[in-house]
Amino acid sequence: MIDFPRWKYGLVVLVLLVGILYALPNLYRQQPAVQVSANRGATVDLALKEKVLGILQTKKIEFQDVELNGDRLLVRFANPEVQLLGSDALRTDLGEQYNVALNLASTVPHWLRAIGANAMPLGLDLQGGVHFLMEVDQKDVLEKQEARFVDDIRNALRDKGVRYQSVTRGAQGIVAVLRSEEDRRKAAGEIQRNVPEVTVADGAVSGDNYPLLVKVRPEKVREIAQNTIRQNVGTLRNRINALGVSEPIIQQQGETRIVVELPGVQDTAEAKKVLGATATLEYRAVDQSANPIEAERNGTVPPDSRLYHRRDGSPVVLKKKVIVTGDELVDATAMPDQQSGLPAVSVRLNATGGKKMLDFTTQNVGKPMAVVYIERIPEVKIVDGKELRTAKVKEEVISVANIQGVFGPRFQTTGLDSMKEAADLALFLKAGSLAAPVDIVEERVIGPSLGQDNIQKGIRAVLIGLLSVLFCAAIYYKLFGLVADIALFFNLVLLLAVLSMFQATLTMPGIAGIVLTLGMAIDANVLICERIREELRNGSTPLASIRAGYEKAWATILDANVTHLLAAFGLFSFGSGPIKGFAVTLAIGILTSMFTSVTVTHAITALLHGGRKLKSLSV
Amino acid sequence: MEIFNPNSNINFLGARKVSIAISAVLFVASLILILTRGLNYGLDFTGGVLVEAQYEQPVEIGAVREALETAGFDHALVQSVGGSKEVAIRLQPKGTEKDKADKIASDVLAALKAKRQDVSIKRTDFVGPQVGEELRSDGVIAVIFVIIGIMIYIGVRFEKRFAVAAIASEIHDTVLTVGFFALTQREFDITVLASVLSVVGYSINDKVVVFDRVRELFRASRKDTPEAVLNKAINSTLSRTIITSLFTGITMVALYLFGGPVMHGFALTMIIGIIIGTLSSIFFANPILLWLGVSKKDLMPVAKDEGELARRP
Repeated sequence: MIDFPRWKYGLVVLVLLVGILYALPNLYRQQPAVQVSANRGATVDLALKEKVLGILQTKKIEFQDVELNGDRLLVRFANPEVQLLGSDALRTDLGEQYNVALNLASTVPHWLRAIGANAMPLGLDLQGGVHFLMEVDQKDVLEKQEARFVDDIRNALRDKGVRYQSVTRGAQGIVAVLRSEEDRRKAAGEIQRNVPEVTVADGAVSGDNYPLLVKVRPEKVREIAQNTIRQNVGTLRNRINALGVSEPIIQQQGETRIVVELPGVQDTAEAKKVLGATATLEYRAVDQSANPIEAERNGTVPPDSRLYHRRDGSPVVLKKKVIVTGDELVDATAMPDQQSGLPAVSVRLNATGGKKMLDFTTQNVGKPMAVVYIERIPEVKIVDGKELRTAKVKEEVISVANIQGVFGPRFQTTGLDSMKEAADLALFLKAGSLAAPVDIVEERVIGPSLGQDNIQKGIRAVLIGLLSVLFCAAIYYKLFGLVADIALFFNLVLLLAVLSMFQATLTMPGIAGIVLTLGMAIDANVLICERIREELRNGSTPLASIRAGYEKAWATILDANVTHLLAAFGLFSFGSGPIKGFAVTLAIGILTSMFTSVTVTHAITALLHGGRKLKSLSV
Repeated sequence: MEIFNPNSNINFLGARKVSIAISAVLFVASLILILTRGLNYGLDFTGGVLVEAQYEQPVEIGAVREALETAGFDHALVQSVGGSKEVAIRLQPKGTEKDKADKIASDVLAALKAKRQDVSIKRTDFVGPQVGEELRSDGVIAVIFVIIGIMIYIGVRFEKRFAVAAIASEIHDTVLTVGFFALTQREFDITVLASVLSVVGYSINDKVVVFDRVRELFRASRKDTPEAVLNKAINSTLSRTIITSLFTGITMVALYLFGGPVMHGFALTMIIGIIIGTLSSIFFANPILLWLGVSKKDLMPVAKDEGELARRP
């Protein structure tokens, strides 16, 4: 063995084996399937499985397998045509209680999935679907929030008897105008005490006007911005789940944007309607005189009440009179209760809302109160040739809690099962109060046939590119070329393995990155082979030439690859999705190529030439 | 198999005045082209609407344009993509129509359907103007960031003259590649921008290999002039420079030919970039290095115990 320690052989073999194992899932083609998941009130269980089997059998739709998978049921079909028939049949027969979505099911064997080996998910450009980039209007949220503070400041000043001329919101923030220096000082103190989210500074006095400049604290502004985007991601996820898309991507991008990708969806109009829904909140009293179960059965509800449903489908009867609406809610945060440590949501209302709440709770201690979350999905219908704008309203009771005592603008909701439930409730409360306008700034629709076409061409380009380099290297560098070929092949395997482990999404730019990586990975071997040839020409013995070739080439390979990596990071740094995929592929490819082109070829070369007396080298 | 004479000793640097002059002319010409003609920015950068429609039977571009004009789309840009059955339609919604922009795709389909029923939509893209704007500035920042990063690395690993020569060639290669797009007015979209950055990566790789040899030869030689050392370095890496370019070039040709129209921009840019990068490694980077006055004493390894010595009494 020349210059090649045994542990390194072990490492090479181990890495290659792991590489093969984790790259393997990508060879299994995905299978058309239909995914059934439950809506409110329904469950996915064996009974549903029987029902689905029944539907498919009576309609004589051939399926391959029905699989109960946690809270989802997966029905596999032989081809996309049958898949469509199947999904149509299931959608009509299962009704609104279930979401039926087209899906591509993995056919990777269980033993591979058990070790976490999965195929790379395909990007939209390879499987078809809709891509939206949405921008959240942060300015609007901030303005709304400022308007609420104006309200709070007015109330605080009025309560404490500080006379003011005006409190208004302008381009520079909030300005409170007082009548005397003394009033201004008092006002500043009161504002600081009652509205801790703002800073106060004196403005220039003109005549009788003593202005006070009120600004929202920068950290609060940032917090509002972050919350708005998080909230929007949360509510979008919720709405899209209702759309029944099998594997949607909803991600924050940058500070104000959200990417939404819906594989398999072609009808953007429907998707946009759901994304464009607006949400509000209402606090209502529970009508204890009515029996909700009976009300649901025969529809008898007291005249001043209405029947609502909770998320799980159970009925609740609520009073028609609204106590407080979402417009009056300032903030909602999930946090453990300070005394008991149990999960809770702490809610803050503005002054008007606080007063209404105080009036209501004074008379209703011990009685239950509910929060209704309302979503309006705009719809445009053409009636008699005219556009008719209507809205589909979805109402849901997200919380019912007993009023423990009298409270005003600040209170807590407890009795939640987990911190997660608390966080969800806080999210909905905020979503219903601080709904930010969301604009679609980018929209791409990729037809399913184009996706198929792209993936076929992409694979063909990778294979032909790989084969032509393999061929040329073998001709030009003979045995050493063949060794380099083995390394190059393993480079592709390792690259796929690492990308699959990270579950990186495979896109067209990603495929371009793979091809480019293959074309450039061979460079290390060219460097090594040229060095070995040079050493041979200079009269070194074959074994010495191999050693010197690897040693001298290594420094060059390292420098060349580090600079190339820098370029890949540069690419990564400018945010857009597809380019990021390309950059990631390139960067991982550079790293894997350093291993395969140097360590792997060295191992094979050492194995081939070690312990033998050589007269010449086939290079 | 060997293509190159291992003992070749071509006097590349002897022709440095000519080669630098050619580079300078091409550089200036590219800059002028970029500044005057500008780039034909793709949808990713300009914002707007792109609709790719597919017909079952061959269709005339003129007919498509006519169909669009009847429906009131006056400024539609219609191109054929991949044969006679597919067309790409580009539209630039006016600023005030922001709300409607995302509806245009369906309006276009309606307009086309009015004339011919056998049309279907293959792909639509809508990009808001602000997104494109940002992308352009982000792209420029990324290129600058990469160039500075590389400069620092080479400055540390080699020497400052090498860093300057590398950056000069990087800028040269990038401008020439982008200049090609200004000259041909081919669409400059986001994948092309990605490949321009890859060209930076490829080309720096090439320079580093030659520079590495320059450093090695300087350290090993006793009396050779810098010009002779540089010539020797180019000659001894010549075979590698060209073979690697060919190998990488082959994969990009495969990508161009078999990867479908989506890959054309990317593969073509890479091919152009590889050619420019290879030539500039030979004819541009090294003359610059010589001109900057690189010498043996700048490259000797710094004695590690210098500091130690200084501290001794």
